[in-house]
Amino acid sequence: MAGFILKRLLQAVFVVLAVTLIVSFAIRLSGDPAIMLMGGGNVTEQDLQNIRQALGLDRPFYVQYLAFLEGMVRGDFGKSFMGGTSVSMLIANALPATLLLAFASLLASIVLSVPLGVYAAVNRGRWPDQVIRILSLVGLSFPNFWLAIMMVLLFSIVLGLLPPSGMEGPESFVMPALTMAIILTATNVRLVRTSMLETLSQQYIMVARSKGLRDRVVLYKHALRNSAIPLVTYIGLQFGGLIGGIVIIERVFNWPGMGTLAFDAISNRDYPVLQGTITVLALFIVLINLLVDIAYGLIDPRIRTE
Amino acid sequence: MSDTANRRSQDQALLSVRSLSVEFGTGNGAFKAVRDVSFDVRPGRTLAVVGESGSGKSVTSLAIMRLTDYTGGRITGGQVLFRPDGGEAIDLVKASDSRLREIRGNDIAMIFQEPMTSLNPVFTIGNQISETLILHQGLNGRDARLRAKELLQKVRLPDADKLLDRYPHQLSGGMRQRVMIAMALACNPKLLIADEPTTALDVTIQAQILNIIRDLQQEMGTAVIFITHDMGVVAEMADDVVVMWKGEKVEQAPVRDIFAAPQHPYTRALLSAVPRLGSLTGQPLPKRTPVMVMDGGVAKAVGDTHEQNTADYTKPILQVDKLTTRFDVGKTFFGRVTHRVHAVEAVSFDIYPGETLALVGESGSGKSTIGRTLQQLVEPTGGTVRFDGRDMAAMSQGERRRLRQEIQYIFQDPFASLDPRHTVGYSIAEPIIVHGLINDRKERERRVHELLEQVGLQPQHARRYPHEFSGGQRQRICIARALASNPKLVIADESVSALDVSIQAQIVNLLMELQERKRLSYLFITHDMAVVEKVSHRVAVMYLGQIVELGSRQAIFENPQHSYTRKLLSAVPIADPQRERAKTRIEGEIPSPVRPVGQEPAIHRMREVEPGHWVAIESDPLRGAA
Repeated sequence: MAGFILKRLLQAVFVVLAVTLIVSFAIRLSGDPAIMLMGGGNVTEQDLQNIRQALGLDRPFYVQYLAFLEGMVRGDFGKSFMGGTSVSMLIANALPATLLLAFASLLASIVLSVPLGVYAAVNRGRWPDQVIRILSLVGLSFPNFWLAIMMVLLFSIVLGLLPPSGMEGPESFVMPALTMAIILTATNVRLVRTSMLETLSQQYIMVARSKGLRDRVVLYKHALRNSAIPLVTYIGLQFGGLIGGIVIIERVFNWPGMGTLAFDAISNRDYPVLQGTITVLALFIVLINLLVDIAYGLIDPRIRTE
Repeated sequence: MSDTANRRSQDQALLSVRSLSVEFGTGNGAFKAVRDVSFDVRPGRTLAVVGESGSGKSVTSLAIMRLTDYTGGRITGGQVLFRPDGGEAIDLVKASDSRLREIRGNDIAMIFQEPMTSLNPVFTIGNQISETLILHQGLNGRDARLRAKELLQKVRLPDADKLLDRYPHQLSGGMRQRVMIAMALACNPKLLIADEPTTALDVTIQAQILNIIRDLQQEMGTAVIFITHDMGVVAEMADDVVVMWKGEKVEQAPVRDIFAAPQHPYTRALLSAVPRLGSLTGQPLPKRTPVMVMDGGVAKAVGDTHEQNTADYTKPILQVDKLTTRFDVGKTFFGRVTHRVHAVEAVSFDIYPGETLALVGESGSGKSTIGRTLQQLVEPTGGTVRFDGRDMAAMSQGERRRLRQEIQYIFQDPFASLDPRHTVGYSIAEPIIVHGLINDRKERERRVHELLEQVGLQPQHARRYPHEFSGGQRQRICIARALASNPKLVIADESVSALDVSIQAQIVNLLMELQERKRLSYLFITHDMAVVEKVSHRVAVMYLGQIVELGSRQAIFENPQHSYTRKLLSAVPIADPQRERAKTRIEGEIPSPVRPVGQEPAIHRMREVEPGHWVAIESDPLRGAA
């Protein structure tokens, strides 16, 4: 097990190297931060040159990248081009907000999709199954930003129940989390349903029934754990997409998380902030997938022995 | 209890199935799987329900506990009266779900066919046995575990303590089926329903499981409904027999009467098709005998009696010398091999033109690997294979391709071995095209039609797809495909094992007929000793990758020398209830052919006990050195 984790952590190092290299290189193709900083107007070439020198952008790319790596090892992602705040500080402020949103929506989606998926599988082909499948298809078809705007329209403007944006109290948390959760649930319900159908046709389910166990025990003890592997795999994969979705949702709801931070960094060509946020998010995705692999072993003893 | 009261409770059926009908909803209307079936099971007795695939026997067994509710089935009529205490009868068809749950696993328990899939892979053995005890007997976790251990000891599993914490995948099929029995008997049920409990097991393991069921039944006084297609198992286990055919009960009688004086034509056809061990005692050659088939409700004899005098012992067609095939398994972190499967170890045998050599053995004996090696599907690790005098290893690419044409293969599962997206005619024509045998399209079509006729099908079948055929017909198609390239040797790997007995008998006859007509040689790979006795000229018995005995069919069956051959023969259930049950107890698992690298198995030395009859020396001093 230790060897396995070590191997995966080694892989993580390469993932982070690759991701940061691509990001650092790509963002430098997008334009000159010096011009952004000066905000147009009466600027001489000398002014720009001075700013570039001050930010260290006059050095060759590889030098800048190596400097970034060296800082990263020390846990220092540099300073933002905008206002000179430490990037680590910015991330430390934004990360909890994003993680809260991500895990809350993931949890909500599991709580919703597992019972719904199981119920659909048990009633396969009958009307509860049809209704759940149609709802899931509807959920899949919503673009996330549209759903977010509709939420604002309904809950903030028409009903006036929830604040439309920002992070002020527990109520401002409901809409962004719910939007994410609906989108995740739409796919997860289908996954749980298909996986349960497969498991329910297995011989050991009939054996469990022949023992006189209640339906609830048969479904949630005997069947669910056997159906969990595809769901857990997908959640691992989903996490990457989830982060991407969060950038948009955070924008719509003006949620002060990593997504907003990254978005602003791209708009401002704020290299250090972007490199820092992307690195941290990449690390999280690697970590989640490591947890998924460990979860396999906990769920299924046949994987444990391999 | 007075004598008369005692007798009354004995006479009274524990379970009475009355006019039971079960339907399944399908796309085009309801399918009546079981129609108007009635029978009684008395306390402590064993009722066998026999029939072939589609007879409705398994559906009947599921319907008793209303488990058909979960498979899309519907009980459309009849009663299932259960008297757990010899008193008031409960109609399980009408019982409430909660009442049914109290009965399931407690008063009536069930064992299923596939031990590999009957246990939940993610829970420990202990957990799965305790579950029933906690549910029905209200035991706490600790007491349930103690009782579970006792149960495992009862089904003669060693190391019961450790076993409780094991997972199903760590156990062999035979061990899992014992766990299943322990689980079923946990609450001392009045009735045990066993649905083909030994069909998926090796014959020596089957014998052990049957013994355990019989012993525990006597000890606990459980009544048993034994669902099976194997008349040998019926003869060994049953007191009474119900014969089912196409969803209906066609006959019911005490076991002796069923075998001695079958009344219904289907029962007679079924019994005539059962291969019986010892039926050719005293006869040197294999023999074709007529098969009874059902034709519009009447049993009709098909075929004739014919001695299979086809083998020509002048020059062998295939010579296998010290063939060894090993597979690497288990790798370290750095990719170094730690274990090897010693599938085949120094195996030597010859096959002559027109001869059938049977390769018999249980799982892991390496018999299928030999077949696959000869078909060039697996590369041998060592040894030589000569076909028609030519060494396979020295052959050019072209010669090897030609060898594929001369050696053909018939697989076990006729459902999986035909491409469902191609017509049957295409599948049969493919080897002709691949080997460039007939290039003219019209000519090729004629050849396909001719092949279909040879295997007892019709030329117009060529345009149909595999799903339009039954299992037996598909196996005929596979035979036609194997014959398409005019092979000299056909490897039949468990080719008749998956078929119902009546179909099996017909396919066996077809193979023998084709052998006579085309002077084919067969390598007949199987675990079924009764079929071997019928078809083979010579027999090689394999155990753990090596041949332990090789000789003429008569020598092996009438004068078996090696202890394993004897064990194998004594384990075969005999379809004759008059015969005394085998006294010898078979114990132990089949050992694994996986060994750590560097630990090579000892190669048996063979001794010729009579001309052509070779036996491995069992007290070989080399064995001790390994």
